[in-house]
Amino acid sequence: MAKLKFGVVIFPGSNCDYDTYYALKEVCKQNTTFLWHKEHDLKNVDCIVLPGGFSYGDYLRSGSIAAFSPLMQEVKEFALNGGLVLGICNGFQVLLELGLLPGAMLRNKNLKFLCQFVYIRVDNNKTPFSHRAKTGQVLKIPIAHFDGNYFARPETVQEIKNNSQIVFRYSDAEGQISDEANVNGSVESIAGLINKAGNVMGMMPHPERASELLLSSEDGRIIFESIIANLS
Amino acid sequence: MIDKKIIEEHNLTLEEYEKIVELIGRAPNITELGIFSLMWSEHCSYKSSKIHLKKFPVTGKNVIQGPGENAGVIDIGDGLAAVFKIESHNHPSYIEPYQGAATGIGGILRDIFTMGARPIALLDSLRFGPLSKPKNKSIMEGVVSGIAGYGNSIGVPTVGGDIYFNNCYSLNPLVNVFALGIAEKDKIFYAKAEGIGNPVLYVGSKTGRDGIHGATMASAEFDQDSEKKRPNVQVGDPFKEKLLVEACLEVMAKNIIVGIQDMGAAGLTCSTTEMAANSGAGIEINLDLVPQREEGMTPYEMMLSESQERMLIVAKKDKIKEVQQIFLKWDLDAVIIGHVTEGGRLKVKFEGETVVDLPVDAIINLCPVYERESKVPSYLKSETIAKPLPSPKNYNKTLLKLLSSATIAEKEWVYRQYDHTVQVNTAFLPGADASVLRIKNTKKALALTLDGNSLYSYLDPRTGGKIAVAEACRNLACVGAKPVGVTNCLNLGNPEKPEIMWQFKEVVEGVAQACRAFNIPVTGGNVSFYNDTEAISIYPSPVLGVVGIVDDVSKAVSPGFKKEGDSVILLGENKEELGGSEYLKCVFNMEKGIPPQIDLQEEKKIQEFCLEAISLSLIESAHDVSEGGLSISVAECSLLSPQRIGFCLDLQDDIHRDALLFGETQSRIVVSCSNQKSKKLLDRAKKRKVKATILGKTGGDRIIISHCGKKIIDIPVNEAYNTWKEAIPDIFRIK
Repeated sequence: MAKLKFGVVIFPGSNCDYDTYYALKEVCKQNTTFLWHKEHDLKNVDCIVLPGGFSYGDYLRSGSIAAFSPLMQEVKEFALNGGLVLGICNGFQVLLELGLLPGAMLRNKNLKFLCQFVYIRVDNNKTPFSHRAKTGQVLKIPIAHFDGNYFARPETVQEIKNNSQIVFRYSDAEGQISDEANVNGSVESIAGLINKAGNVMGMMPHPERASELLLSSEDGRIIFESIIANLS
Repeated sequence: MIDKKIIEEHNLTLEEYEKIVELIGRAPNITELGIFSLMWSEHCSYKSSKIHLKKFPVTGKNVIQGPGENAGVIDIGDGLAAVFKIESHNHPSYIEPYQGAATGIGGILRDIFTMGARPIALLDSLRFGPLSKPKNKSIMEGVVSGIAGYGNSIGVPTVGGDIYFNNCYSLNPLVNVFALGIAEKDKIFYAKAEGIGNPVLYVGSKTGRDGIHGATMASAEFDQDSEKKRPNVQVGDPFKEKLLVEACLEVMAKNIIVGIQDMGAAGLTCSTTEMAANSGAGIEINLDLVPQREEGMTPYEMMLSESQERMLIVAKKDKIKEVQQIFLKWDLDAVIIGHVTEGGRLKVKFEGETVVDLPVDAIINLCPVYERESKVPSYLKSETIAKPLPSPKNYNKTLLKLLSSATIAEKEWVYRQYDHTVQVNTAFLPGADASVLRIKNTKKALALTLDGNSLYSYLDPRTGGKIAVAEACRNLACVGAKPVGVTNCLNLGNPEKPEIMWQFKEVVEGVAQACRAFNIPVTGGNVSFYNDTEAISIYPSPVLGVVGIVDDVSKAVSPGFKKEGDSVILLGENKEELGGSEYLKCVFNMEKGIPPQIDLQEEKKIQEFCLEAISLSLIESAHDVSEGGLSISVAECSLLSPQRIGFCLDLQDDIHRDALLFGETQSRIVVSCSNQKSKKLLDRAKKRKVKATILGKTGGDRIIISHCGKKIIDIPVNEAYNTWKEAIPDIFRIK
């Protein structure tokens, strides 16, 4: 099986770029390269990952400035042509700012940064990012964010639901959805969301931080493995 | 004209001023006086502590860099080095908790990457006044969110630390921050200005008027007006520093610079003079070239500014373009502001005039050193327990009370705000005895811990110093790590008071003795004096940061019980010691008595045995006995186990129950062990002359402790868990 080529974008302030690179390259053994935000070169990658971090310090609004990086023109085009794009945490926020995904992020409901392992339930496994999981399967993956409280207008939420765009929802260990399990207060407990076309996904939890047993969970690897299987 | 008032305002004595005049052969101008006032401040010069700190052992076969540089460096094998240091940011954190703590993180991280290491971990030791007072709550909230705000953004995980609460910190909280980075051991960078004619580059943020006199502020007592010093606290920009980390590490990987120094306390003054002094050279800079964010700044203001996120680099003359290119890539200023000169002088030009012309040796090396008077404090006589104390009527209640004391209670409310999983190395989540971070591409892990019980140090500073080292090493032993290096932050009151000086000397003696006993070198640290506000001094508060190595991360052991039916075994001996305990403080509101004593050789034996047992995979869990005593320690093993496995113990020691359950006798570790291995463990303990006693078994959903067959504690694990877990969130919940 030919190795795939992943591109991990580095914005100024990205801080999960190396972690994502490590998970793809060292753990999943894929060909992986960095893409620099100031360039216009996607280096012929098969899948683009926007990593977590604090791009541009998140000073204006999480992800807002990064959406204007030169490379984002190419990323947008790549996405509109059906290329697979995964945004993790800050990468999810950038996808929202780019308009590739609907909705916006608010501050967590407890108004504090939250770093903890959470459980997410797979609601839609018919996506390139989740097809190796079963519907209803529960994954243990950490979050680490201040602005992960997903919000969209009721009509948008309805549309998202009608199109089965919710990929992951915060749940308890048994897969039950509740206010308590919805740690950041997201609408519909949304933890991962895909676009209508089914090739661009954003998620707040960090699969790259749960790709080895040593790190308390390897549940996150199923997301990378889904992408790899989908493209191979 | 420099007069007495100006000299006083600069926190210099008349004698010190006279010495300056003598050293430079004339009266200094105001900018020069400012430079001396910073570099001769206690904070920068260690003038009151220097002679005492010589007691620390600083050498060892794995020491690459001991005290004196930005951070200590230890060889950790595989061609790698650990670069680490602890610093205090107490004074600014009292005045402006968020920014004070945030810039503390920024400063300690610069110390690490300045040496060529990528920072991989942050830990912090925090000391606050009791949370029953709203002001203390708001300081704690500010400090925690400041650490989070900076550390999370820059992407260095905050993986551990400790927190204590005591009245003495109400007006003087302590914020001690520790950082560790990893570098290739033959690629360490130093703060030196070598190569006459090499360009001096200023990189990073622009200079503003912020933080002027930060170092002098940290070298004086506070009074009721200290709030007015808020403008002295700098404002941090973690995003800028993240760019600096990446740019500096990229430059360093290319072998195109000679030396590098961060501009922390005392900014341009400190970085220029230290770099010159370290290599016996001089530096000439032109302030007109310094990137400025405000207009009309005077040389005095520019030299004393403590604007954050700035570095000074001496580049190789022919590589300057390459260096500037990399900084440009990261959108950072990298401006040539001067060059290295012969003759050991600092020359500063401004608008065509020479405004500073001083010998760097005088600034850095000739600061007066004081052997200050010391005297045994009078309070020691009154801090003994006069009469026998009544025993608790209901031990269940006492156990729950201790579990809910802020010092013992679960700290998730704090560490949940810190990103502790970024960089994908965190093998143990916060809450374990020590933080464990795997070293990528090896089997090894680093184990890190911070420790320091200041109540012990108040009641007996020498013992307190010894225990701080011993407990830190014990924490490492509990996860399976061997200690390899120490950094320390000694926080005390005004050293000009003889009683404080006595505390300091005793603490140093204790720390030094323990480091020698454990054979671990001190590679650096920090002394923070003048922690007095409105004439109240803090307790002497040594904070020890110890770095250890786990040879095989797959064998590392966490504190929580693993399965039902395991034997609970105590390594070490129970003694009748209650002085200085959390129990006396919580139940009797008493901070008195003789703190637990420690036999360093005995301690070492227990730790070595614990390490041996872990390396042979004989034990399932290990947790040290500290605040709250044996009962709390075993309870924590249950609360920290994912399944919250209960236990049933029967203690047989013939000592008072309160001391048996809650006394804080040192050199004790609680381990659990599967039944088929317990005999082997006990046999081995006997061979090593370590006392090991089977206390009972894990299992069930209750915490049950009997004494000589009589049940004295029996509570559901869940009740204990909720009490322990909710205590701190409850305090902060908006009601």
